Amino acid sequence: MLLIPCPWCGPRDEAEFHYGGQAHVAYPENPAALSDEEWARYLFFRDNPKGRFAERWNHTAGCRRWFNAVRNTATNEIEAREVTA
Amino acid sequence: MTRDVPEHPDWLWSSPEPKRSYDVVIVGGGGHGLATAYYLAKNHGITDVAVLERGWLAGGNMARNTTIIRSNYLWDESAGIYEHALKLWEGLEDDLGYPILFSQRGVLNLAHSLQDVRDSVRRVHANRLNGVDAEWLTPEEVKEVCPIVNVSPDVRYPVLGATYQPRAGIAKHDYVAWGFARAAAAMGVHLIENCEVTGVEVADGRVQAVQTTRGRIAAGTVALSAAGHSSVVAATAGVELPVQTHPLQALVSELLEPVHPTVVMSNAVHVYVSQAHKGELVMGAGIDPYNSYRQRGAFHIIERQMSAALELFPIFARAHVLRTWAGIVDVTPDASPVVGTTPVDGLLVNCGWGTGGFKATPGVGWCYAHTIAHGEPHPLNAPFSLERFTTGALVDEHGAAAVAH
Amino acid sequence: MTSRRMTGWQGEPVRFRFDGRDYEGVRGDTLASALLANGVRTVAASPALGRPRGIYAAWTEEPNALVRYGVEPMAQATTLDLAEGLDATSLRGRGRLSEEPDTGRYDAVYAHCDVLVVGAGPAGIAAATAAAETGARVIIADDRPIAGGSLPDTAETVGGVPGAEWAAATLAALDDRPDVRVLSRTSVFGYYDDNHLVAVERRGVDAYSRERVWRIRARRVVLATGAHERPIAFAGNDRPGVMLAASARAYVNRHGVLPGERAVVFTTNDSAYAAARDLAAAGVEIAAIVDTRETAGPAPDGAEVLAGHVVTAVGGEEGVTSVTVSASDREDRDDREIEADLLLVSGGWNPLVHLFSQAGGELRHDDGIGSFVPGSVRQAVEVAGAARGVFTLAGCLEDGAAAGARAAEAAGFRVESVFETPGTPAEEPAAPAGHLWLVPSADYGTHFVDLQRDVTVADVMKATGAGLRSVEHVKRYTTAGTAHDQGKLSGVLTSAVVGHALGLPLADLGTTTFRAPYVPVGFATLAGRDRGALHDPVRTTSLHEWHVVYGAPFENVGQWKRPWYYPRAGEDMEAAVLRECHAVRTAVGAMDASTLGKIDVQGPDAAEFLDRIYTNMMSTLKVGAIRYGVMCRPDGMVFDDGTVIRLADDRFLVTTTTGNAAAVLDWMEEWLQTEWPQLRVYCTSVTEHWATVALAGPGSRDVLAGLAPGLAVDAASFPFMTWRDTEVAGLAARVCRISFSGELAYEINVNAWDGLALWEAVMGTGVVTPYGTETMHVLRAEKGYPIVGQDTDGTVTPADLGMDWVVSKKKPDFIGKRSFARADTSRPDRKHLVGLLPADAGRLLPEGAHLVETSTLPEPPVPTLGHVTSSYRSAVLDSTFALALVSGGRDRMGEVLYVPLGDEQVPVTVTSHILYDPEGARRDG
Repeated sequence: MLLIPCPWCGPRDEAEFHYGGQAHVAYPENPAALSDEEWARYLFFRDNPKGRFAERWNHTAGCRRWFNAVRNTATNEIEAREVTA
Repeated sequence: MTRDVPEHPDWLWSSPEPKRSYDVVIVGGGGHGLATAYYLAKNHGITDVAVLERGWLAGGNMARNTTIIRSNYLWDESAGIYEHALKLWEGLEDDLGYPILFSQRGVLNLAHSLQDVRDSVRRVHANRLNGVDAEWLTPEEVKEVCPIVNVSPDVRYPVLGATYQPRAGIAKHDYVAWGFARAAAAMGVHLIENCEVTGVEVADGRVQAVQTTRGRIAAGTVALSAAGHSSVVAATAGVELPVQTHPLQALVSELLEPVHPTVVMSNAVHVYVSQAHKGELVMGAGIDPYNSYRQRGAFHIIERQMSAALELFPIFARAHVLRTWAGIVDVTPDASPVVGTTPVDGLLVNCGWGTGGFKATPGVGWCYAHTIAHGEPHPLNAPFSLERFTTGALVDEHGAAAVAH
Repeated sequence: MTSRRMTGWQGEPVRFRFDGRDYEGVRGDTLASALLANGVRTVAASPALGRPRGIYAAWTEEPNALVRYGVEPMAQATTLDLAEGLDATSLRGRGRLSEEPDTGRYDAVYAHCDVLVVGAGPAGIAAATAAAETGARVIIADDRPIAGGSLPDTAETVGGVPGAEWAAATLAALDDRPDVRVLSRTSVFGYYDDNHLVAVERRGVDAYSRERVWRIRARRVVLATGAHERPIAFAGNDRPGVMLAASARAYVNRHGVLPGERAVVFTTNDSAYAAARDLAAAGVEIAAIVDTRETAGPAPDGAEVLAGHVVTAVGGEEGVTSVTVSASDREDRDDREIEADLLLVSGGWNPLVHLFSQAGGELRHDDGIGSFVPGSVRQAVEVAGAARGVFTLAGCLEDGAAAGARAAEAAGFRVESVFETPGTPAEEPAAPAGHLWLVPSADYGTHFVDLQRDVTVADVMKATGAGLRSVEHVKRYTTAGTAHDQGKLSGVLTSAVVGHALGLPLADLGTTTFRAPYVPVGFATLAGRDRGALHDPVRTTSLHEWHVVYGAPFENVGQWKRPWYYPRAGEDMEAAVLRECHAVRTAVGAMDASTLGKIDVQGPDAAEFLDRIYTNMMSTLKVGAIRYGVMCRPDGMVFDDGTVIRLADDRFLVTTTTGNAAAVLDWMEEWLQTEWPQLRVYCTSVTEHWATVALAGPGSRDVLAGLAPGLAVDAASFPFMTWRDTEVAGLAARVCRISFSGELAYEINVNAWDGLALWEAVMGTGVVTPYGTETMHVLRAEKGYPIVGQDTDGTVTPADLGMDWVVSKKKPDFIGKRSFARADTSRPDRKHLVGLLPADAGRLLPEGAHLVETSTLPEPPVPTLGHVTSSYRSAVLDSTFALALVSGGRDRMGEVLYVPLGDEQVPVTVTSHILYDPEGARRDG
């Protein structure tokens, strides 16, 4: 049970959160201009590093806000956090 | 030694020093890697093969899975490769000359809602068209197959019926791995333990070699079979894979006298359970939700699983959790694997089996060996290409009816 | 049998049965101590070989003495409190689940603290005290009924009083502090990420809950878990009467029980000498101390010390009768047989590193101890006392106090005064321990490594002989370490034997992984209260009680209970549903539609937002009007559908499917917060705020007019797909003119508190038939309206459903649009939603059945054309009918396809999915 630092509520149990996968994957500005390959990248390909990973969390059982955190996927340690811009 | 398991052969495999070069290097000495090496040697006569394992042989997901074998998948593409695997399982003990404790005790997939029932019946009918044995059972029939399942209507999510695949079952994971390892080693395959691949060398769009903790090893073909670590290895060759790595937990109880004659899986009341040969209850549930390479899950997942187990099996109330553990599984967007070529010549990939890789072991070994030998996919793994994510021709096994485990 | 209880030992008698025989023990006994007190030596047969086995240890590390009793399938006699009337049966390796239901109750508790101390031995008590002095919130958990760790076993003194008394008094003082919680009989069994630890508290049969789980989040943890004495593998080391030396000492000091009359002690270290002294003082004759070291320690009075000797054999089939010893390193072995009924063994001590290892800590081999001790770790944890290899009492007290202070300091507390550890008697400095894991022999067939799994040194050597070099492989090959005790005693020994076989140092081999739980934990304990009705929350509407009274069976839809149909006397489901359908098609019916998800979407950019979320245009919707909409995932597959009503320029009410309400709200929030934070839009779930009654059928207008005299209900004043705020049955209501049945219909929304009043008013008209979800499904299917999740499965696009009209051509983008242009989504032979009419009009196709082209079924594999998603009998069509997703279905109108059912190929004709009133003539009544 990770202890996840919600930027608004403070550290809370993992069970209060919903995981959102890789952070900073923006919806393409103009999807129609993308090739099928580029669109497939957006739809289905996400980084999967062993180590530092910027990811999204939603405090579903709390403030319901989304935020980003950087966690090390090899140790599960959350290293830093930042609020979603 | 205990006599509730069969005698092992007196010789399994040796631990050779790696050569500087092989025709084929298989990255990952799990069940899939070992089966691939075996069928490369047996079906295609390719024996200049090294299987590189970062730890101890078959010590990853092969040693950690709950050993369920079935082929009752929804889509034709899935049924094709899993049924091929099941047919191979049925002859595997003789083929390998190793007691793998393959027990065709059947698998029940329970339905708990009207939509569960529709999805289940859909899968039964699909299975029959594909030559996969499948039946739809009423709650009373479920009780006949597995008397300890609680089919009372007075529970939160009553059992409304189940699909049943009589040919499905379990096998002993370690013995399966050792059977493949022993047979492959006997045909000349090198099994190299404690040899972690740290990089894949590519030049002019073609694979050249792998860098390992035991030195550089050149290879004509590099075939990845690294499950949860696939992304990490592929990334060193500049290949991105549509997989995410998650912990998946499982547990066993103490040894108990036989009480559970089959395998029961439930998606709605989320748990799957069998009783292994020695007598321990073997159970699992869903993946932990976040990406992680730490082979450790969170305990509330186990607690939730216990509450699900007791909904279905009140008789388990006083059984004990003896040991829990986790593997790390590579999950794709459509819950189907990726088996085939990559944009790099000579670099092949077999990954994305998520929680369901064990049951496919001989089937995927067979098809992947074919892919390695011919440089192009076997018809049974052709639908599981990387390209499907571009065209959109997914094989979506978590959509309607599938149980992803 | 003679009593082995020490004379003068006081205790309230407790009667019990074991294997069908009656015995008597005393309060405070474990089953094991009571059996020993009664002279019972053999307590079980070994699982595979059937060899007689005795009690080997005194707590959770016991490998042999397994029993079952009552509904308990397996328990260790060494940890089982002796209770009046206990009736236990020995087990041969496998437990037995009882058919009798478990009546126990179970609970869970969340707890937070600054410092969690695991283990209330000398080190743990000192740590907890030192931490508590700083003002830190402290929890100290200990797994035994009597705290003090080894103190009650060794009878050492602390601060001039018996150690057990000191421990009890110190803990009582700690427990009196407001910020300290003392948990006894509580085993911390799991150590998870971010200092989350899980413990089980055994509260006993008299407590409200038999056991409860503690879920503890600690800023810092002090592990003071102690050490296990380790066994030595030698020939016949499994005979009843062979026992760990410290365990025998525990039976003497803790329970007043003599485990034998004449003992041989086999040791590699000094600790067994103390055991020998205590046993001797209690009246056990110490025949000899067999010390593997050339320099032996001082013997208790009268005992012979055989330095540089080992035990080479044990006499006695049913239990130790003699011990054969031999000089270990001499060519001319001078075997000597010593008469004894007890053989005490001490191979040294293994620190209990299980929890430390679970925490992600690295272990390191300590040459002095000859075993593994805690190394580096990333979590906020200290290890103190024997758990890190400190084996003296004074050392443990000091080490614990220091660790407790360090932990409190790291948790942000100031250490103002150094906690002064109480005095202990002077201890002789221990001579260096010898390290012997197995006694070399030509035959390793009875050198047991794992007593419970019947694994011998010979078995381990067979594994290494087969080529295995990893201890993990050897464990799997031999099954060593997989029994109920999870290798507490056999684990490191197995590694050492592998090392012996391969000629490798133990340090290079390491151990197998230590996994949670440290002790077995009951399934029911972990399930806690989340069982039965509490397994998942039940959601009901404000009309629920009415449905119950009127006998509706309920359908689970997500967590909701929805009335399925309302059978009248003598009706089965089919008859009831046909009657309900008929009523809606010819008169008027009403359904509880309150479970539909409702989301209030407000803000200046609400219209723009909905344009992006839905496939169709919502910004052009006029205030007062309603539009049906579909939303897709970015991959172009249908995700949900429902109606959108515009309440104001900047305000919409969105309805979702029952099962998807939470997911749709999450979906909207995710896009708003993470992709479009510049949009000024606010979403609020209002599902539970409203009760919704769907009124459907040609008679619905008259019923509504009667209930809402202030509302102009004629078609011109209140057109299709508009809404009005009005009063219905005197209740403030919002009425929407929408239809999911094709009939003239209204949805009346009122405050949830008024739901029942509205429903009763509707029913009070006497002309309205209540109908359930099944009838709703039939009616919508006749009109070809899909249900998301039934007629779709995450692989279906709006175009597949024949809903091109709901996909905007004007909007530059919306979620999912780009995917419609992919190769696979634009294939002409995709599966389309079509209708099916069986050739036999009475034949009801099973939902889930598949379709093929041929009238005879070829050999498998047969590619499927698609499957039946919905199938019903109809009150208005002349036939049963079905909806199906069929490959290229829209190009197959009129084609005959076949549904394989058993040996039959049932012919069906493909039709439009709209089977009833395709021109929509009925919606205006």
